[in-house]
Amino acid sequence: MLDQLLFVIFPYAAALLAIVVTTQRFIRDGFSYSSLSSQFLESNELFYGSVAWHIGILGAIAGHIIGLLFPSTVLWFNGVPVRLYILEGTGLMFGLLALVGLVSLIVRRATVARIRAVTSVMDIVVLLLLLIQVGLGVYTAVFYRWGSSWYAISAVPYLRSLITFQPDVQMIAPLPVVVKLHILNAWAILTVFGFSRLVHMLVAPVHYLWRPYQLVVWNWNRKRIRKTAPHRPSPIASEIVAQTAEHGQRTTEKPAFTR
Amino acid sequence: MDVRLQISMVFHLDKCIGCHTCSIACKNVWTDRKGAEYMWWNNVETKPGTGYPTAWEDQNKYMGGWEQKNGRPDLKIGGRVLRVLNVFHNPYMPRIDDYYEPWTYKYEDLFNAPEGADQPTARPVSMITGKHIDIKAGPNWDDDLGGSPVYAANDPNLESLTAQQREELFDIERLVFFYLPRICNHCLNAACVAACPSGAIYKRGEDGIVLINQEKCRGWRMCVTACPYKKTFYNWSTGKSEKCILCFPRLETGQAPACFHSCVGRIRYLGALLYDADQMLDALNVSNDKLVEAQREMILDPFDEKVQEGALRNGIDEKAIEAAQRSPVYRYVKEWNLALPLHTEFRTLPMLFYVPPLLPVMAKSEEGLYDSSGKELFAPIDKARLPMEYMAKLFAAGNVEMVRYALRKQYAIRLFKRMETVGDIDQATVRRALEQVGASEQEAEAIYRLTSLPTMDERYVIPPSHREEAMQMLNDDMWSEKGEAGFGFRDAPVRGA
Repeated sequence: MLDQLLFVIFPYAAALLAIVVTTQRFIRDGFSYSSLSSQFLESNELFYGSVAWHIGILGAIAGHIIGLLFPSTVLWFNGVPVRLYILEGTGLMFGLLALVGLVSLIVRRATVARIRAVTSVMDIVVLLLLLIQVGLGVYTAVFYRWGSSWYAISAVPYLRSLITFQPDVQMIAPLPVVVKLHILNAWAILTVFGFSRLVHMLVAPVHYLWRPYQLVVWNWNRKRIRKTAPHRPSPIASEIVAQTAEHGQRTTEKPAFTR
Repeated sequence: MDVRLQISMVFHLDKCIGCHTCSIACKNVWTDRKGAEYMWWNNVETKPGTGYPTAWEDQNKYMGGWEQKNGRPDLKIGGRVLRVLNVFHNPYMPRIDDYYEPWTYKYEDLFNAPEGADQPTARPVSMITGKHIDIKAGPNWDDDLGGSPVYAANDPNLESLTAQQREELFDIERLVFFYLPRICNHCLNAACVAACPSGAIYKRGEDGIVLINQEKCRGWRMCVTACPYKKTFYNWSTGKSEKCILCFPRLETGQAPACFHSCVGRIRYLGALLYDADQMLDALNVSNDKLVEAQREMILDPFDEKVQEGALRNGIDEKAIEAAQRSPVYRYVKEWNLALPLHTEFRTLPMLFYVPPLLPVMAKSEEGLYDSSGKELFAPIDKARLPMEYMAKLFAAGNVEMVRYALRKQYAIRLFKRMETVGDIDQATVRRALEQVGASEQEAEAIYRLTSLPTMDERYVIPPSHREEAMQMLNDDMWSEKGEAGFGFRDAPVRGA
């Protein structure tokens, strides 16, 4: 029963909340979607923290997604020990990179006065949740080998059962507590996702790669407006010159004034 | 021919007295907010000097603007892929200390201090952290420090001078400086627009004003790096970039922008320019010394019937064409060749033009007096105290001839007016001077009038923007506007969680 609550109802509620909140927030308060970068206030420490964290976490998440999409391929790949070691080593490297980056970011946020000035309560919540998540992940990778293989036959079926709306917690029931906490904490992160700065990942600037450099926005279609406006006859060039001449006279006659 | 309209500006530097009224007007209207305290969308710099942010012209440091790469302009910070990867950490982004840390004073201490032997003081506190700070820099910190070894000596433009010229420039009692007011140039080839990963920055089609959509900006900060003039700013509180909006709400109601309206020296001119967008790439694919001419080439004659037809075809209405015909900017830039763009070698095609100042140039003369008698034609300019090369580095990408022409022409007009009013110069000299710059007496008179005696209506010729039609377009049901708060933010622009 508790398993049903924690691993079925909780993730569904978290996902629903995330979807509703992020879309509502995007539509009603698009202004609040920002990376909220603090580089302007402190740049040197951010370099090590932010670059390491983002590369690490993107690599780690990519690993989880590849396992979720192609579990049998991963199992086949891991069939040869050398390939398994390479995959596990790569995964661990990303995990450690993320951990080092995250710790560095937390230290920076705690010690630099200017950064503390732009730190919200939600920032602290998010940092702590992420620290727990990455810590548990790295711990799992080191002490419960080989994760890339057993992930494919335990957590992946569970995740797929959630995605296909046929929830089934059987496969993760025997997993060690550390791994279960890792899963639970993931749903906790999903819960706060929409309320936090994490939403910036949804607006990652990928379309920049193919859009033209210059961007011109016309607030209205002048051609259409001018064609359809009955009170505004289409002028010909000579008329304009005449109007200008007339106008020019008027301005010179008018006494100089300041508004 | 793709005719477009651009609201453009001319600043006449000889008239600038460096009073900073423009900066204050802008600050009071737009940037007196949390996160924007350090921003000066309009600032006035002393040249030679390092400016704001410090040494902004040094693109080896800030990597702003464009470069010719394989015969095509590309951003100096590198390709698109690099920019997307650099969102995690932008290696060339200026820091708050490149501007200054905003501060206020603890005024309440003056009243709350307990009685004692000492006078109570109001100590400065940071507006970011709220803690006490020692102020190391501020807005126009180098104001009037024309010859200082800390500021003027670090001016990146000095590299255009020889060692001897530099030494002369810093010779005591021969120091020289002038003011350079700066706002966003609303460039045709804006680097900030090109660098924005979110596509939040855009040029408004109807009037060419460059704006940042605050709803779409995600704080990736590439515009701050890419703008070579450092006129996009990162709001550290809201996590969004901001910039000069040329007071578009004022323009749309026919009023000049706040900095223009408040200008004490009446140095500022604003008007429409028609230009040919098809010529843009050609105008950029020339060597540095031809950039000013190429940009002038793009600007079209609003009296030309073909141009008018093209404008009408593109939806530019007759009132706007009429405004372009009366535009003071067109006069200064295209007809008279007096106004030059700032640092055109950044290749953004800036649409704010400067009439280079005659005064610091002429100031070099024997025993503190300069010779206006015209005995030696243009001598004060050719023996300039402020080297022409320096001026050329600022306003003509090193092309000395462009600057020399603008200064000689201004000087010729002075001689012309002096002949009329003082009468100590003979007509032959004046005629010779005007001939050399190719100006008729009528033109000289017109330049004099627009420079010295323009009314507000002559300085600011604002084409009607017909926002009422835009409203109709946006809401076919006109009554839907009723009872609403209008466009823009319904909520206060507060920082996201």
